[in-house]
Amino acid sequence: MSKDNQILEEFTSKEYEHGWSVNYEADEAPIGLNEEIIRWISAKKEEPEWLLEWRLKAFRTWKSMNEPEWANVHYPKVDFQKLRYYSAPKQTKKPKSLDEVDPELLAIYERLGISLNEQKRLQGIAVDAVLDSVSVATTFKDTLGKLGIIFCSFSEAVKEHPDLVKKYLGSVVPMTDNYYAALNSAVFSDGSFCYIPKGVRCPMELSTYFRINAANTGQFERTLIVAEEESYVSYLEGCTAPQRDENQLHAAVVEIYAAAHAEVKYSTVQNWFPGDKEGKGGIYNFVTKRGICAGDHSKISWTQVETGSAVTWKYPSCILKGDHSVGEFYSVAVTNNMQQADTGTKMIHIGKNTKSRIVSKGISAGKSQNSYRGQVQVMKRATNARNFSQCDSLLMGDRCGAHTFPYIDIQNPTAKVEHEATTSKIGEDQIFYCNQRGIDTEDAVALIVNGYAKEVLNQLPMEFAVEAQKLLALTLEGSVG
Amino acid sequence: MLTIKNLHASVDGTPILRGINLEVKAGEVHAIMGPNGSGKSTLASVLAGREEYEVTEGEVIFQGKDLLDMAPEDRAREGVFLAFQYPVEIPGVSSTNFLRTALNQVREYRGQEPLDAVKFLSLMKEKMKLVEIDQKLLSRSLNEGFSGGEKKRNEIFQMAMLEPTLSILDETDSGLDIDALRIVSNGVNQLKSDKNATIVVTHYQRLLDYIVPDYVHVLYKGRIVKSGTKELALELEEKGYDWIKEEVDSAAV
Repeated sequence: MSKDNQILEEFTSKEYEHGWSVNYEADEAPIGLNEEIIRWISAKKEEPEWLLEWRLKAFRTWKSMNEPEWANVHYPKVDFQKLRYYSAPKQTKKPKSLDEVDPELLAIYERLGISLNEQKRLQGIAVDAVLDSVSVATTFKDTLGKLGIIFCSFSEAVKEHPDLVKKYLGSVVPMTDNYYAALNSAVFSDGSFCYIPKGVRCPMELSTYFRINAANTGQFERTLIVAEEESYVSYLEGCTAPQRDENQLHAAVVEIYAAAHAEVKYSTVQNWFPGDKEGKGGIYNFVTKRGICAGDHSKISWTQVETGSAVTWKYPSCILKGDHSVGEFYSVAVTNNMQQADTGTKMIHIGKNTKSRIVSKGISAGKSQNSYRGQVQVMKRATNARNFSQCDSLLMGDRCGAHTFPYIDIQNPTAKVEHEATTSKIGEDQIFYCNQRGIDTEDAVALIVNGYAKEVLNQLPMEFAVEAQKLLALTLEGSVG
Repeated sequence: MLTIKNLHASVDGTPILRGINLEVKAGEVHAIMGPNGSGKSTLASVLAGREEYEVTEGEVIFQGKDLLDMAPEDRAREGVFLAFQYPVEIPGVSSTNFLRTALNQVREYRGQEPLDAVKFLSLMKEKMKLVEIDQKLLSRSLNEGFSGGEKKRNEIFQMAMLEPTLSILDETDSGLDIDALRIVSNGVNQLKSDKNATIVVTHYQRLLDYIVPDYVHVLYKGRIVKSGTKELALELEEKGYDWIKEEVDSAAV
């Protein structure tokens, strides 16, 4: 093995730090998946009839669908009958404020470095914390309420704002959209709901933290963000899971609706358990994220830093329906050890003068496989559509892989579509140069990787960017040579 | 300060250095000259700790410590600085950020407090003047898109910031026009003191008009075959390296 690989090897063998789990009393559905379970979940959540029907319809469709196999990932098939579809920490009554939330549950989030109390209050970020299947607590609700902003758990939205939920649920990602989206539609247990009224700029970052704690439990959350005309919101999502030997399934759906002149920025720092060095355990992250720029001059921007999960299958997309609407996708995806990621975006240009920008930075280390898959589609009436795509791959060592699958479909001759791709390696020369200035190898790799990912990290809100930088360094720690 | 005894080193099993002996004292400037392929750059790389070079024999003592036993970053922290012949580009990392990371790691090693942003910037401003480097250049990605002259000036600027005890300049004159050469040499001369030492590796005498050496050594086939004062460099300039090669090769037969 060359020296390069040795350094990479050492640098990428860092253990996952959120691998712990906590025993709490849980309210669980029986294992398995059938109509009874769906009725059970729906009843548990005291849902209206229409929603139960919606779930059942999704379930029936899902049964007739096949698991997609086109992605460049390989894993043993999930046995959907062996999973548990609902697990909630037992709370005697629904907490009205943070003070009433079980201190044990708050402690879980404290341990993750996500304080639902003081810290976030000081930083002015509103948090919705989702543990396994349900939302544990949402902070800052009152402050936001005064502006007419609704930010709450999905279950609560179903109860308090049924008309809004009914209007937008499944409007961007139809229940039958794809295999995992259909599954999610059938069994989703909770998630976050966010509504920004006309003309309101949300004064703080809204954020959701997802954590899977229970074993053998799938997490199927739904996030729905609706931004009315001329509104603005920046939304953050973070995730972790305990270290378990078996694979766990996470199949979420995120829908974003942006009306005319509205802007939504959605940032994710995903740190699900990636499995151990031999590839045992880890999260299967099969997520459907899509936003629609429904109104003219609207804008949706996705930023993701993907460091975790054993297998990632995820394509946050934008439907640019409104004229002059803008879609952006900024991504850093790191894979190490045996991780596999097939991620990218779709930009569907429907309106006139629509613009999209894709910046994807893949980093592969160990024996991992990292694929970018992107689709740029310009429809017939999308005059003057513009797209710029940049897909860079950084390889660490010579046993990993980087793949790029760009699909371009143009039906309007005025479209301008640009695609740039590069592949590079962290060189021994770069590391030695840093060493010679007194910087040790681990910090040198962190410096080089962060430099490489800078364009994407710059898109993240400040506090998240710092977190993401640290996470990149941690993920690759022990992997350089 | 630096004692090199019978140093042998090879790359992929091919011996390059075959018994170097050199003594460098504080306050001195040594020039290492020699024809292409004589092992000049190898010597610089071995001292800095580049991994591809395997030391097969000999020892190097730097300020009482075994230099060869140290990791490259520790050599740097102990005060060894190499100005690279081909400075490396690091996209997305500004020179400023890079240097601050480096300086604070060196300071930490020496038990000093890290410099905060304000102190760091004022130190930078002071040192920038030495090599007439522009702040705009330092906020750009390290060496990316820099001209040859800018890269070399940036090397000397880093040297000024890190204040090494032993500086090794590896062909710093290559690729420099006469103005850049003057600026770079000026910087080096101003950094000279009776507490530090400089090893200048060069192919041409030209640089030595600006950085005047106390000693000149000629490296050929991995050994120092001739040592002298700056007059030796002038003689080499006039006569080339062939007469030395002949001298050595005939003695070997």
